Amino acid sequence: MNVKGKAWVFGDDIDTDQIFPGAYLTLTDVEEMGKHAMEGVPGREDFAKKVAKGDIIVAGKNFGCGSSREQAPIAIKGSGVSVVVAKSFARIFYRNAVNIGLPIIECKEVEKIHDGDTLEIDLVTGDIKNETRNLRLKGTPVTSLEFEIMEAGGLIPYLKHKESMR
Amino acid sequence: MGETIAEKILARAAGKKKVDAGDIVDASVDLAMSHDNAALVSKVFKEIGVSRVWDPSRIVIVLDHRVPANTIKAAEAHKSIREFVGEQGIKHFYDVGVGICHQVLPEKGFVRPGMLVVGTDSHTTTYGAFGVFSTGIGATEMAGVWATGKLWLKVPETFRMIVNGKLPYMVAAKDVILHIIGEIGADGANYKAIEFYGETIDDFSVASRMTVSNQAMEAGAKAAIVPPDEKTIGYVKERTSKEVKSVFADEDAEYEKTFEFDVSDLEPQIACPHTVDNVKPVGEVEGLHIDQAVLGSCTNGRVEDLAVAAGILKGKKVAEHVRMIVVPASREVYMDAVKKGYIQVFLEAGATIVNPGCGPCLGAHQGVLAAGERAITSTNRNFKGRMGSTEAEVYLASPATVAVSALKGEIADPREVK
Repeated sequence: MNVKGKAWVFGDDIDTDQIFPGAYLTLTDVEEMGKHAMEGVPGREDFAKKVAKGDIIVAGKNFGCGSSREQAPIAIKGSGVSVVVAKSFARIFYRNAVNIGLPIIECKEVEKIHDGDTLEIDLVTGDIKNETRNLRLKGTPVTSLEFEIMEAGGLIPYLKHKESMR
Repeated sequence: MGETIAEKILARAAGKKKVDAGDIVDASVDLAMSHDNAALVSKVFKEIGVSRVWDPSRIVIVLDHRVPANTIKAAEAHKSIREFVGEQGIKHFYDVGVGICHQVLPEKGFVRPGMLVVGTDSHTTTYGAFGVFSTGIGATEMAGVWATGKLWLKVPETFRMIVNGKLPYMVAAKDVILHIIGEIGADGANYKAIEFYGETIDDFSVASRMTVSNQAMEAGAKAAIVPPDEKTIGYVKERTSKEVKSVFADEDAEYEKTFEFDVSDLEPQIACPHTVDNVKPVGEVEGLHIDQAVLGSCTNGRVEDLAVAAGILKGKKVAEHVRMIVVPASREVYMDAVKKGYIQVFLEAGATIVNPGCGPCLGAHQGVLAAGERAITSTNRNFKGRMGSTEAEVYLASPATVAVSALKGEIADPREVK
């Protein structure tokens, strides 16, 4: 399962208030939520306007720290981002991303990716090809159970499917 | 090899004799907590197609984030929750005004040592103060729990944190945990369970331990557990007649890391903008002008917190340019503070008392900040935009530091109080 897109590079400790400011928490429409993705990150206020479908967020350590709000990964998914690559993810964000079906990959070598690079990523193996710089980077994909949930589109479709198999 | 508290609780919850760090287990939860986001959880729950929740007696819902409703949308969300709890027969529902979930659950006797608790709030780690494995999850995951009573969990590695030393005058639990987060970083305990030990932790009241377990989430902790002792058992037994089965780590339990802290010379600590690990001793930021001072929240809104602040503010006035906001953690705390005269002290000092809830902490209402403003607060997060404008600054500190800063109108050192 491969995705390809342009990299948008972010720093360390990008918290959920930056990913999806608390003021929008009463929004329920995914596309509406997507319009505010990353809006709280200084210098990236217009991210949602500029991002193209399939683009990739690349971040440093502890991406998604803070609140348990799953609107954070939902907004990112809603903005059209195909996968988030980070040096590490905060725990709750990681689970929420799996459960709402937003692909994520951990990669220790994110420094080798620059803003605007074109990446091709294999979500199963975690292999990252930086086409712009002709580099191959190794990422850690999610576990097989997590992939199953993610591939189903998230925990709800996954549980529904399990329910129907009983 | 012996087992940690996390391993023992998760093994029991998964129906296994033994689990090891790194195992993925299918765990049955003892208690599932949600707040205002129960509106989202119930919406997702309905999508699964299961008609009834797995066990209405194990679900607790507390409205605390936007209370009383600050917008029509929030009012509608609250309304949908009231309808849902009625339909499903969820008896443990606490409507507007009872308090903040992390205070209400222990107060109402829901939290007992050895339990596995999940909550749709990151600071669910608070119940770790009672020897509980408790952790935050998202709304979709909670919908799954409501449907099945279970969730998958990775058994975490455990960090042992030993805190020794008698705390100096006007230095408190908040300073200790901010210091620890400053040392290990905002992701220093990401995915890990923490067990707290040492004479400082032993000396702490239950309320102070709750401050530690609550704030420890800001180092990424999955669970922040204080092994139960007679104080824990005393608190719990006053509030529930259910059996208490404490869980302790084995002597030869395997810890990924052991940290030792000596806090006998610790200075008051301040977490500076915009990350919780940007921690400095108060001396480095003393004198910074403040516009707002917030005392309270699930981190530091208990009676002992209000008591120390009232002691500092008694007979004095908050600086003219400072808006001081006091948020008791629950109605029980509020009433106790009224009886003890603290609320009178705050009112006479010129503070505004708001109802128990999360209001100013998450920048939803009841005191949001304008661009260029600076606040000192006893809450748990100082992210950019957390309390309002992204151009505002939030400094985290102990109740004593908040109170003395409110008096002086600038960040101040509570040790100056005689």
